[in-house]
Amino acid sequence: MEWRSEGVLLAVRRHGENAAIIEVFTPDHGRHAGIVRGGTSRKLAPVMQPGAQLHVSWRARLEDHLGTFTIEPLKSRAAQVMDDRKALAGLNALCGLLSFALAERDPHPDLYDRTIALFDLLGANPHWPLAYLQWELALLEDMGFGLDLSSCAVSGTTQELTFVSPKSGRAVSSSAAGEWADRLLPLPACLRGVGDGSLDEMSEGLRTTGYFLKNWMAPQLGNKPLPPARQRLVDFFT
Amino acid sequence: MTQSNKDIDALIEMMAKLPGLGPRSARRAVLHMIKKRSLLMMPLADTLQTVAATARECLNCGNIGTTDICDICESEKRATGEICVVEDVADLWAMERGQVFKGRYHVLGGTLSALDAIGPDELRIPKLLDRVTSEGVTEVILALNATIDGQTTAHYIADQLEARQIAVTSLAQGVPIGGELDYLDDGTISAALKARKAI
Repeated sequence: MEWRSEGVLLAVRRHGENAAIIEVFTPDHGRHAGIVRGGTSRKLAPVMQPGAQLHVSWRARLEDHLGTFTIEPLKSRAAQVMDDRKALAGLNALCGLLSFALAERDPHPDLYDRTIALFDLLGANPHWPLAYLQWELALLEDMGFGLDLSSCAVSGTTQELTFVSPKSGRAVSSSAAGEWADRLLPLPACLRGVGDGSLDEMSEGLRTTGYFLKNWMAPQLGNKPLPPARQRLVDFFT
Repeated sequence: MTQSNKDIDALIEMMAKLPGLGPRSARRAVLHMIKKRSLLMMPLADTLQTVAATARECLNCGNIGTTDICDICESEKRATGEICVVEDVADLWAMERGQVFKGRYHVLGGTLSALDAIGPDELRIPKLLDRVTSEGVTEVILALNATIDGQTTAHYIADQLEARQIAVTSLAQGVPIGGELDYLDDGTISAALKARKAI
């Protein structure tokens, strides 16, 4: 068995003295693990940092074997984010959530494209947190837990959408919320892709997506806790 | 196989578990020691026994020595008000090899890792914060690896120390001595360019 693709490195673990087991997110093969011989060598170690975009070639005798990767760097992102603590937290949250959410070898080509676009923004564009919020919505969507924020679930209106129902994942307008308002989740404008995302709005947006990641998605993945890296990112906005 | 061969095989097997040694090189090392029994093997066995009984982590900094408080922490000359934070004892020993840093150290025992669920409490970060107060530290030098996990840890520690009136610095990143640009990865070149200085 053999295939070639490009992918983004999510995680690296030492294996024996010189090798490493890596996890890459590829467009055609999803999250895929494999061994890199000599992966801890001085030559490869700088390349094998989470977030790096690689050209990977995977080979194994049988399809269900772990297999070995040979890698070539396409784009290193470590230097881009290392000086920027918030961007670094964003990169960790991205890699952590992808490792957490994606089933092995299950392709998500659209999510891959969005992920690469977001990686490119980290540390390079000050508005990357807004893109990150949209990415979390895309992750939920791709995993089958998409939110409908286009119109009010009660009245159908597209005006004054200020809440999200934790039960249906649909938007609710402020007039329709009534006495239920305190039981609903906030729907800041930035979650609908509008506005420049103040600190408060980002915090509210992450609270809302975090609710669905934790209460909708995580239970389907064995009820594991969300990766702590996401919480560290959230802490920057609270 | 005789009993004596079994013992030798067991020794080879144990040696082969050491980093850098495989079964063949372990066999060669054992054979060499047997040939130099009195000169090498017996003193080595004695030393191993002594170190196995006495080696311990310094209660203050996490360095490995044979006393509860290591020589560096004991030395008044090293009380310069500077603490160099490293990930592992091997890093501390590497820094000492350079003989440039004259302050004290703090070994974290790892780095924050989201995937391996290593949080601040698994590392010696609370002890570092205590030391900064109790030892009158004026500068904390973060000598952590230039990896994503290393720098995540560095930023975390810097955040924790932000409220205290001390300098928090980190090692520079860039072209190594003797390094050729052609052989450097993109990340290193990018970091080196960002940290360029006037000549």
